[in-house]
Amino acid sequence: MTIIEGVLRGNVRDIARLITIVENELPEATAAMQSIFSHTGTAYTIGFTGPPGAGKSTLVDKITLQLCRQGKKIGIVAIDPSSPFSGGALLGDRIRMRDIITEQEVFIRSVSTRGSMGGLSRAAGDIAKILDAAGKDVVIIETVGVGQDEVDIFKTADTSVLVLMPGAGDDIQSIKAGIMEIADIFVVNKADREGADGLITSIRQMLDLNTAPGPWRPPIIKTSATQNEGIEELLKAVQEHREFLTISGSLAARRKERLRTEIIRLVERRVSRLVQSQIKQNGRFEKLVEKVAAREEDPYSCVERIVKPLEQK
Amino acid sequence: MGKDTIVRVMVAKPGLDGHDRGAKVIARALRDAGMEVIYTGLRQTPEQIVTAALQEDVDALLLSILSGAHNHLFPRITQLLREKGGENILVMGGGVIPQDDIPGLKQAGIREVFGPGTSTEVIVNFVKENVT
Ligand SMILES: Nc1nc2c(ncn2[C@@H]2O[C@H](COP(=O)(O)OP(=O)(O)OP(=O)(O)O)[C@@H](O)[C@H]2O)c(=O)[nH]1
Ligand SMILES: [Mg+2]
Repeated sequence: MTIIEGVLRGNVRDIARLITIVENELPEATAAMQSIFSHTGTAYTIGFTGPPGAGKSTLVDKITLQLCRQGKKIGIVAIDPSSPFSGGALLGDRIRMRDIITEQEVFIRSVSTRGSMGGLSRAAGDIAKILDAAGKDVVIIETVGVGQDEVDIFKTADTSVLVLMPGAGDDIQSIKAGIMEIADIFVVNKADREGADGLITSIRQMLDLNTAPGPWRPPIIKTSATQNEGIEELLKAVQEHREFLTISGSLAARRKERLRTEIIRLVERRVSRLVQSQIKQNGRFEKLVEKVAAREEDPYSCVERIVKPLEQK
Repeated sequence: MGKDTIVRVMVAKPGLDGHDRGAKVIARALRDAGMEVIYTGLRQTPEQIVTAALQEDVDALLLSILSGAHNHLFPRITQLLREKGGENILVMGGGVIPQDDIPGLKQAGIREVFGPGTSTEVIVNFVKENVT
């Protein structure tokens, strides 16, 4: 049995290996992704984002447990930042996902950003596709808790949940407007702590300020993940958003947009690699750098010299 | 391994003891050596550890234990790994383990045992040299 067949049957070892192949960009990665693509598109993707320590992993744990009880198969991609110095990473989201660790139909993969910005890892989208092809009904992606600019998730998930907590994130100004505008559902977690209602009020005020509100008004759900409170309500909100997307036709549009972005990104990567290999191949490049350093030539004409011949090909 | 391949290690705490300071220190040292380290927290059963190690496709698994149950738990973990297709994972043990127990553990598939006070450098180097 090939690894692809194994993945399509939901074999844990094969899913895990294919994810490694894709993460490390091994030579067989592209062919593998090509053969599984036609088996993707059935899983519903939910993204969880928000500041560090807001309770994303704990929420994912509780929600997944509920979904398991409904007979759903769940894949989870949990992303933590990589160290800019060593390239290594401490991946600790599993510590808070203990209720679901031995559920038969749950597959959790911890990944590091490997230097990517935007809260995701480069391979996150492909990993989600692998879990989708492996038969998962729902794929949940937890972004790194950078808080300010993890916007990439909104391009990767069908429903994006922004998790906030009272105290640290009290000051709603500290969350970039862009994120607030794109979230499909707000969660105020740690409702057992003081300040939750105040935070809800300020989110509501911010939503009211929106002068051009879309047809979907993001609900604000109050949860206390550690106490398992508000989980049903959150799941209901996700379900409602899903229905809204489906009925309005936005789900298909969103997914198409996502694929458009992905194709462009892939082309860019490919072209950029091509350019780099061309540059490095002919030793002329180092000589050009010397010239620029000696102020004999400026960087812009240097770029002209490099790109012109490539454009003519 | 390919040049872009990053070594993945899981640091796990089987058994009932409630101390993970040592495990965290080692986890950090492995990260600082450029590895991706999956840490799963305290009091994990062999089943939980093996399930996680397989899903995470780790190259190495470091079991840290202080409770004295290693003679039971370590062989159980290596046995489960063999049953489930994880026999290639480099399994190591650390913590309070009497010298006399080490040969038996090695027989059971634990490749190396690090006693208390082993420098993190020794452990990092062992992982580097032995993952394939
Ligand atoms: N009081 C209280 N604590 C909570 C609640 N939910 C989570 N926590 C605690 O908050 C801490 C962080 O929770 P995580 O689930 O790890 O948060 P996270 O957003 O995944 O964190 P990162 O992945 O590190 O960004 C843990 O100690 C949790 O036990 C809650 O509803 N109430
Ligand atoms: Mg987390």
